[in-house]
Amino acid sequence: MKLKGAQIFIRCLKEEGVDTIFGYPGGAVIDIYDELFKSDIKHILTRHEQGAVHAADGFARSSGRVGVALVTSGPGATNTVTGIATASMDSIPIVVFTGQVPTHLIGNDAFQECDITGITRPCTKHNYLVRSVEDLARTIKEAFYIARTGRPGPVLVDLPKDIMAAEAEYDPAKIKVNSTLEQPPKPVSKKFVQMMEMLKASRKPLLLTGGGVILGKASDELQAFSRRARIPVTSTLMGLGAFPGSDPLWLGMPGMHGTYYANMAISHCDLLITIGARFDDRVTGKIDTFAANADIIHIDVDPSSINKNIVADLPIVSDARSALEIINRMLKDHGYTASDAHRKDWLDEIETWKQKAPLTYSQDSSVIKPQFVIEKLYELTKGNAIITTEVGQNQMWAAQFYNYDHPNTFISSGGLGTMGYGFPAAIGVQFAFPDKLVIDIAGDGSIQMNIQEMATAVQYNVPVKIVLLNNGYLGMVRQWQELFYGKRYSQTDIAIQPDFVKVAEAYGMVGLRAKKPDEVEPTLKKGLSIPRPVLMDFQVCREECVYPMVRPGASISEMTLGTREMIN
Amino acid sequence: MPNLNEQKGKKIMDKKKERIISLLVYNKPDVLARVAGTLGGKGYNIESLCVDVTLNPDVSKIILTTVQTKSTVSKIEKQLERLIDVVKVEDLTDVETIKREMVLIRMNLTEASKSDLIRTVNTLNCKIITFNTDHCVLEYTGSKDEVDRVLVKLKALGVDDIARTGIAALERKN
Repeated sequence: MKLKGAQIFIRCLKEEGVDTIFGYPGGAVIDIYDELFKSDIKHILTRHEQGAVHAADGFARSSGRVGVALVTSGPGATNTVTGIATASMDSIPIVVFTGQVPTHLIGNDAFQECDITGITRPCTKHNYLVRSVEDLARTIKEAFYIARTGRPGPVLVDLPKDIMAAEAEYDPAKIKVNSTLEQPPKPVSKKFVQMMEMLKASRKPLLLTGGGVILGKASDELQAFSRRARIPVTSTLMGLGAFPGSDPLWLGMPGMHGTYYANMAISHCDLLITIGARFDDRVTGKIDTFAANADIIHIDVDPSSINKNIVADLPIVSDARSALEIINRMLKDHGYTASDAHRKDWLDEIETWKQKAPLTYSQDSSVIKPQFVIEKLYELTKGNAIITTEVGQNQMWAAQFYNYDHPNTFISSGGLGTMGYGFPAAIGVQFAFPDKLVIDIAGDGSIQMNIQEMATAVQYNVPVKIVLLNNGYLGMVRQWQELFYGKRYSQTDIAIQPDFVKVAEAYGMVGLRAKKPDEVEPTLKKGLSIPRPVLMDFQVCREECVYPMVRPGASISEMTLGTREMIN
Repeated sequence: MPNLNEQKGKKIMDKKKERIISLLVYNKPDVLARVAGTLGGKGYNIESLCVDVTLNPDVSKIILTTVQTKSTVSKIEKQLERLIDVVKVEDLTDVETIKREMVLIRMNLTEASKSDLIRTVNTLNCKIITFNTDHCVLEYTGSKDEVDRVLVKLKALGVDDIARTGIAALERKN
């Protein structure tokens, strides 16, 4: 049967099981939008292409499915770059379709033309410019395959306008992914035998897990391993939720704003089992002293992540789930179970650190502490919410003071650190989980970077909640200026700001405000109970800092705590 | 970035030297840009480059050289292997290979230099491609060092311009 390119496009999306896409129309994709009009695929119109990509990304992170965005050529395409780079750094499977000028105009500086495959080459896992309608269906199939296989990532497909209007035979049964494309790695079993030996010899083992455990859907297996072998767990920002935040073996996040005890555990463990994490500089601090007493086992699906920043004593190329399944099976076969008594010295040592410097802040009766808002939020939601964050102080407090008990419930731009990510991502999450409570923890700087998506939330009545920690500063940069640049607050004071409650109301959202600590709980209660999009503006202590903190370039064992003293 | 091999007191001599990487890639637009971007984006310079199709017209071979430590090259290899259009990556540096490079040399000619030049060309084993009254073009194929040596010898006789290919390398069959 002969179909037009735009019709094949719709058919291919349906073949991939896509029911929701995020996008923004334009001249180069008008044929596709005409076909979308006739189809039952739900298209969510964001108010900026960046918002569409972040929404597709939030959809993907929360559901584990491939997120899809569709935009036009030229500026539509360039506006997706930040969203694509965000997904790339965090290995998120999304497919971004961009319109392109007709093939005969490519290279002519045509209206709304840009070389988007050239621009996105370094920030996509792969990208395509479809040059003939005959290649369209196979290209789309490959794009989805590549996005979700191995280490996932964003794939961009550029669609020239004439290809969408041209006709070709379409038979889904005949469309095959090129067999030479990457295959998921097969774990080598003898490596695990070696790992068992190392584990048996270890007195102070520690698990450091990352986003790979969530992407690999290996949370249950991780918990089984940790509990059976009594190994405490710390996790990077990207891995929060894979191990329950309320479990006694949980140590919180390590690194620059990690807990004292997680960093001390890394510095003192004799075996560090790292799964699906890539030793980002925010986690390791000074490389030379990182886990200096430990043998390091590094399990990752991407061989290029191993031995990149930290040399592994035992590198294992595998997805997290396959690896953990093998480990758990071997533990069972060997009859290996560690008791608390077996680990007593190590767990006691960690307990001492926990007592010495728990995660804390000083409460204040007259001004709202941002950490208090997050704590209350956790209390009121009982942890049953999906949290997205913006980037900066709000993100760190959200990571520290909310316990994530389930995977895919903490959605944050970790690698790229994209301000303006959280709100559109929350909209995407809500489309994946219409019945869940979805909350964006925001700062007053970040929220203004994609505030236009309030219109999207209102148009589709997406009941996302924005918890705005409003301190009138670009808080994280201000914190660095306070601590390392003699309090010279260069360009970080943004106290001149809109009335966020009125902005929310102007868009048709509900706006609430709290100025005093005793208003926090009632405001949260009220805001969370309204089945519409709500912004809650918490006017918080202006110069609160995120602690603990490891100075940039310092060892993670050298932390500055809230009281500003150094602990070693 | 500290040299990884020096971490944890494991000191292995890993000096920077010229490394030869051979890639098989799909013969498509963009592929060379992806390969070059993977190196350039991470700050690695490509010293020489040699690209052409293989016996299979869908596949091209890229041979590039870059001055790096062994540990850096292994990182580069893994990064290149991630590229979807790259079929195979091989570090040929320590493999027994035949390495050749070709150079075309245009010489300025004067009546006085002609006889000197012809004598030198014969001793160097250069091929004469064209020979006119005021200039000639020579061709020489050899290892990188040999090419360098030939160029030094000819320089005194009036080199006008040169064009060098990158290094082509092929493993010996065991």
